[in-house]
Amino acid sequence: MNMMIKAKNLIHEYIRRDEEGNVESINRALDDVSLDVKKGDFVAILGHNGSGKSTMAKHINAILMPTEGALYVGGMDTKEDQHLWDIRQSAGMVFQNPDNQIIGTVVEEDVGFGPENLGVPTDEIWKRVEESLKAVGMLEYRSHSPNKLSGGQKQRVAIAGIMAMKPQCIVLDEPTAMLDPNGRKEVIRTVRELNQKEKVTVLLITHYMDEVINADKVIVMDEGKVVMEGTPKEIFSQVEKLKSYRLDVPQVTELAYELKKAGVPLPDGILTIEEFTEEMKKIIH
Amino acid sequence: MIRDITIGQYYPADSVLHKLDPRVKLIGTIVYIVSLFLFDSFIGYLLAGAFLFGVIKLSKVPFGYIVKGLKAVLFLLLFTVVFNIFLTPGEAIFSWKFITITKEGLRLAAFMAIRLVFLILGSSLMTFTTTPNQLTDGLESLLGPLKRIHVPVHEIAMMMSIALRFIPILLEETDKIMKAQQARGADFESGNLIQRAKAMVPILVPLFVSAFRRAGDLAMAMEARCYHGGDGRTKMKPLQYKNRDYTTFAVYVAYLACIVVVRKAF
Repeated sequence: MNMMIKAKNLIHEYIRRDEEGNVESINRALDDVSLDVKKGDFVAILGHNGSGKSTMAKHINAILMPTEGALYVGGMDTKEDQHLWDIRQSAGMVFQNPDNQIIGTVVEEDVGFGPENLGVPTDEIWKRVEESLKAVGMLEYRSHSPNKLSGGQKQRVAIAGIMAMKPQCIVLDEPTAMLDPNGRKEVIRTVRELNQKEKVTVLLITHYMDEVINADKVIVMDEGKVVMEGTPKEIFSQVEKLKSYRLDVPQVTELAYELKKAGVPLPDGILTIEEFTEEMKKIIH
Repeated sequence: MIRDITIGQYYPADSVLHKLDPRVKLIGTIVYIVSLFLFDSFIGYLLAGAFLFGVIKLSKVPFGYIVKGLKAVLFLLLFTVVFNIFLTPGEAIFSWKFITITKEGLRLAAFMAIRLVFLILGSSLMTFTTTPNQLTDGLESLLGPLKRIHVPVHEIAMMMSIALRFIPILLEETDKIMKAQQARGADFESGNLIQRAKAMVPILVPLFVSAFRRAGDLAMAMEARCYHGGDGRTKMKPLQYKNRDYTTFAVYVAYLACIVVVRKAF
């Protein structure tokens, strides 16, 4: 089994009822979504507000249940109650607001919260707390109060809290939306390191394009549907299509795209400044 | 201004007091508070003050920081003192029209003031040296026997620790909302008490909305981290009495003995 997450024709509807319980409106947040995430991959889900990407994330952690279709996490069906805690342990979730997901008043106590819930023996908790704080580079802050940390540091503590549960997969639901540019870089660097060194599967949900250029696979969602799927190069070479989903491409990609339109013979899907300068050098010589 | 409130906050430092078992500190605080109400002589309060001072020194929490906590209760303190001075019957030493100050009144007011100050200093010292988590762990363990009569001890402890964790966050939020409204011309500083109270309503509404949203988010984050109540939960920092805890208990017994001696002798 090397599929971490497998969604099969997943449909989710938010149903609003009035006081008598009559259905007022149905909002289909996920519409026939099928996707696969392989173990060890770094997968990014892109989408504009209301595209259903957060709803998707909540399904992976079994916080929401599919209205129709099915979702498997590590081979376990999220609809089956007996797997609930196993699923939540194997697919950890990091949320957007760092303040609202830290439970402990001291960094190390917060990281220990997950393992405590799992019933891990005390010695093992200490070991895990130390390992995961080291993995996110926050070991020296272990006895600090989370209130005094920066947004990026708080989010790294939240990631450590998930890592201490030894998940196979981390789902990050817009982890950088409330952070400043430095905090964003910190968090993304940490996530990438965890993916490469600890071999954790990462599912990053975001609307910042520059965070996904190193992903193994990019999935674009719009109005509850998967509309594009492929490597970052494949996705970002379709600038017009991305724009129709109200998404921006990285600045350098856009520049290359505009230059190409103006007649400069550049290839499609340039993602980094280095790549761009290399290509430009070739043209000039 | 609102962030000046230090009462109930944890002050990280490396001291013996910080390392003590929270149960020992809880019991100690209760013993100390009871002792304050047992003393009825100045010698007794001198003893209580010396004890408190010694403990503060041991805790390595700056004295000024602890005293700041008194600001929050200044009003209550003044109130108590004034009432005790003017309303205690006894031997008058000053009287003007309907105001009389009695010797007993002065004495009682002084005692009440000392009691209140020591009580607040003593109990806030406990919160300064104990993380909320330890505190609630201690409470959970001390109240453990109540589980048999179906008191949800773990849940109460968890709620307390979360409430304590969110105090600074909500204070910061209040500050932000106030500033945002002041920037748009809201006036919180002028007018009488009722007008000022009314001006607080537009602060409370967004504060409550945001508190509920935070509560929802936090509940989801806790569930995502496999929280399912107290059953089958292990502890990262289980409570175990160590030698220093037994020594502290011995100190309490000595302190209690002093109380008895002081009460008998003076």
